[in-house]
Amino acid sequence: MLTKRIIPCLDIRDGRTVKGINFENIRDAGDPVELALLYSQQGADELVFLDITATVEKRKTLVELVKRIATNINIPFTVGGGISTVEDVSVLLQHGADKVSINTAAFKNPQLIADLSNRFGSQCVVLAIDTKKEEDGEWYVYLSGGRTKTGTRTIEWAKQAVALGAGEILLTSMNNDGTKAGFAVDITLLLSNQLPVPVIASGGAGCMEHFKEIFQQGNAAAALAASIFHYKEIGIPTLKKYLSNEKIAIRL
Amino acid sequence: MIAIVKYNAGNVLSVQYALQRIGVDSIVTDDFEVIRTADKVIFPGVGHAQSAMQYLKEKGLDKLIISLQQPVLGICLGLQLMCKHSEEGDTTCLGIFDTQVKLFSSPALKVPQIGWNNIYNYKSELFNELSEQAFVYTVHSYYATISEHTTATTDYILPFSAALQKNNFYAVQFHPEKSSVAGETILKNFIQLT
Repeated sequence: MLTKRIIPCLDIRDGRTVKGINFENIRDAGDPVELALLYSQQGADELVFLDITATVEKRKTLVELVKRIATNINIPFTVGGGISTVEDVSVLLQHGADKVSINTAAFKNPQLIADLSNRFGSQCVVLAIDTKKEEDGEWYVYLSGGRTKTGTRTIEWAKQAVALGAGEILLTSMNNDGTKAGFAVDITLLLSNQLPVPVIASGGAGCMEHFKEIFQQGNAAAALAASIFHYKEIGIPTLKKYLSNEKIAIRL
Repeated sequence: MIAIVKYNAGNVLSVQYALQRIGVDSIVTDDFEVIRTADKVIFPGVGHAQSAMQYLKEKGLDKLIISLQQPVLGICLGLQLMCKHSEEGDTTCLGIFDTQVKLFSSPALKVPQIGWNNIYNYKSELFNELSEQAFVYTVHSYYATISEHTTATTDYILPFSAALQKNNFYAVQFHPEKSSVAGETILKNFIQLT
């Protein structure tokens, strides 16, 4: 049986792991390759590395890091952050990344999704969406790390992206991110039920019950979290054992 | 020396890195002589069946691969190309296994299948020392049907071939190079074949 995936996310800046609260207040959380190795040994199903380095010259640091990750860890990993061209993706895949995640650039130029999917296959194109529930009760797409609001509803953009060739959706709720109050169940369920591709839920994990909830109530294929793993608030083996006991299909 | 066949399908480097981690040297190559004389050959692949077959034919790699005498391991698209026919692009493949490759079709489940699934009913030395119902990492929209060559089974929508074998030709649908310790066991078993 295909299992639900637990995905630690490592935010990378200048080659180091960092973690912000509500997309701000960045703190240092260690060497990414050491963490990646630890997580893979602990039973993480996949890893996501999001590069929040702003400058172009620092991107070379990222490519070197991707190669170090690929040579050292034996599970799949996704790289995202600042990817805007087919060439960016080609370089990352050539250095050993399994998938890339694209966000703002894809929204501004949806053809990028089709180009990547045609060239590399939809299985390596993860569309990341930062989303926020507004006072009207609707979920909208936000860009540029959550700084820019759009008037586009999340479900509409997700459907369009999948039609263009996105193979997975990485959905981060800005309302939930950093709160440790649980994942956004309603929007995750909506996307998961309406899209033919897997949805990775992100933002808000605070305890093990939240993972159970997002798998059972939100129908997520995977759940992503960062700080609770980095700061050892929840151990991956403990979490997976708990979920398995709760009758959720999990790789132990 | 292990030769990893270089062609227009992605993710070849991951296989080389995985072999490195278990202490095995390999070379990524499309040189006929290097492939022909290698101790073992790995035929990896992520991509589209039709464009991959076309490329193999243009380079003459199709005839080379079917003529190999040493152990050969096809991975993912590699497995599908070693079958008789794929629905992906209605492609005639290498025909090593008399097996059909079909598209998953179910409104209830996501396609492609992405993630960790368990394999069972092992019938090959590739799975020596592997725990029962081992979990492996898999990403695919097409699957090889169950046939006389099936050496491991997995279920997604329906049971299909997780692995195939005929004589010196071995193939797995999943990615041993990304399947943690279970994948390393399978790669080590392949390396130890004589």
